[in-house]
Amino acid sequence: MEQLIKDGRRKDGRKFDELRPIKIEAGVLKRADGSAYVEWGGNKALAAVYGPREAQPRHIQNPTKAIVQCRYNMAAFSVSDRKRQGPDRRSVEISKITSEALDHVVFTEQFPRATIDVYMEVLQADAGTRCTCLTAASVALADAGIPMKDFVSACAVGKVDGQIVLDLGKEEDNLGEADMPIAIMPRTKEILLLQMDGHLTMDEFNKALDMGMNACMKIYEMQKEALKKKYTGD
Amino acid sequence: MIIMNNKNKKREVVLPGEFLGENLETGTGVYNEGKQVYASVLGIKSLRANMVNVIPLSGRYIPKIHDCVIGTIIEFGPSSWLVDINSPYPALLHITESPWRVDFGDAAKFLNIGDVVLVKVSSVDEIKRVQVTMKDIGLRKITGGQLIEIAPSKIPRVIGKGGSMISLIKRSTECRIFVGQNGRIWLDGDPGSVSTAVTAIKKIEKEAHTLGLTDAIGKYLEGK
Repeated sequence: MEQLIKDGRRKDGRKFDELRPIKIEAGVLKRADGSAYVEWGGNKALAAVYGPREAQPRHIQNPTKAIVQCRYNMAAFSVSDRKRQGPDRRSVEISKITSEALDHVVFTEQFPRATIDVYMEVLQADAGTRCTCLTAASVALADAGIPMKDFVSACAVGKVDGQIVLDLGKEEDNLGEADMPIAIMPRTKEILLLQMDGHLTMDEFNKALDMGMNACMKIYEMQKEALKKKYTGD
Repeated sequence: MIIMNNKNKKREVVLPGEFLGENLETGTGVYNEGKQVYASVLGIKSLRANMVNVIPLSGRYIPKIHDCVIGTIIEFGPSSWLVDINSPYPALLHITESPWRVDFGDAAKFLNIGDVVLVKVSSVDEIKRVQVTMKDIGLRKITGGQLIEIAPSKIPRVIGKGGSMISLIKRSTECRIFVGQNGRIWLDGDPGSVSTAVTAIKKIEKEAHTLGLTDAIGKYLEGK
């Protein structure tokens, strides 16, 4: 099998705890109430937020709080073999977990009977799209002026060639031993999302969690910067 | 910690979850955890006499009691109208809250779908059911003129401190203007001066975050 780590460096030249280059831009769509665009290595994702608006059909309304509805969708051209359009098992799952993560940060009780809709579109995928989308969604929510406890910052960690590495790339994700996306609330460091595929020992897990948390804090700084850039105009 | 003197009065943009201070009274756009106070929305921090507020920079209009708003009729029933007030929740206008004597089932004779009305929010309950009234001075059905929409968060700037900005625009353009808290503005008058007023309002919306805006708009209107 091909070696993914050579002389303490990964295939793309990164160190074990190094992120891919990330670019975040807030308020890119005019028609949506809030939006964000994120480029994360080879990932490109757009998030748009509408609302709060009245939830339709009526029976999905909650008289005590707003509901957060998310849709994660991959464009047909986002992967190398054309992706068949429409929701599949994977995108339904990601929609659900992002909606649950965002539901914890939004002050939903301020908008009874309403819905906050978040649409996430993956334009180009390169491993770690759920973290990319969650990061974008959180910036879009803030841009829409929706009251939140905190941001949501997300990043993946994994194990490749027996090494714990940060922010897996496409090959590392496919050929690695474990992949673990983490999303946190940066201020309190509460975990909003933690999934794992593959195997890690307890020690490896703790190390990975630590590494992921630190990376999330870096993502948080970038999210803040993107919004400050839009709203202070410099 | 933060001493605001008039010399370096800066508008500080804060983000959700940003720490604002300790032992402060909480106003709008903020939340507290114990003694610590944090921002809950993206906006401008304002600290006055130990009371901290965050004035939002974006977001939908959330109806508040006594707000004057501009609504459009979207539905009518035998004894009420439903009014879209540009918020997540449509408002109910009962026939007894209208200035006319409306018989049961005759609601559509007075206001039909698409009509624009000046109304006042008379009640908002805990599940955000909104009721509006037309029984107050100046509230009526609107005919003629022009309706524009801006971000509801920018409305306070269009009005200005004690109405200084809006009266400036009214004075120099000689338009009739009504500003709804929900981000809708109705203007009527000479077509030329209406368009001047509209561009002035759009300018305010775009430059809402800058200081000395009333003077800037004053100069702009003089130049016209």
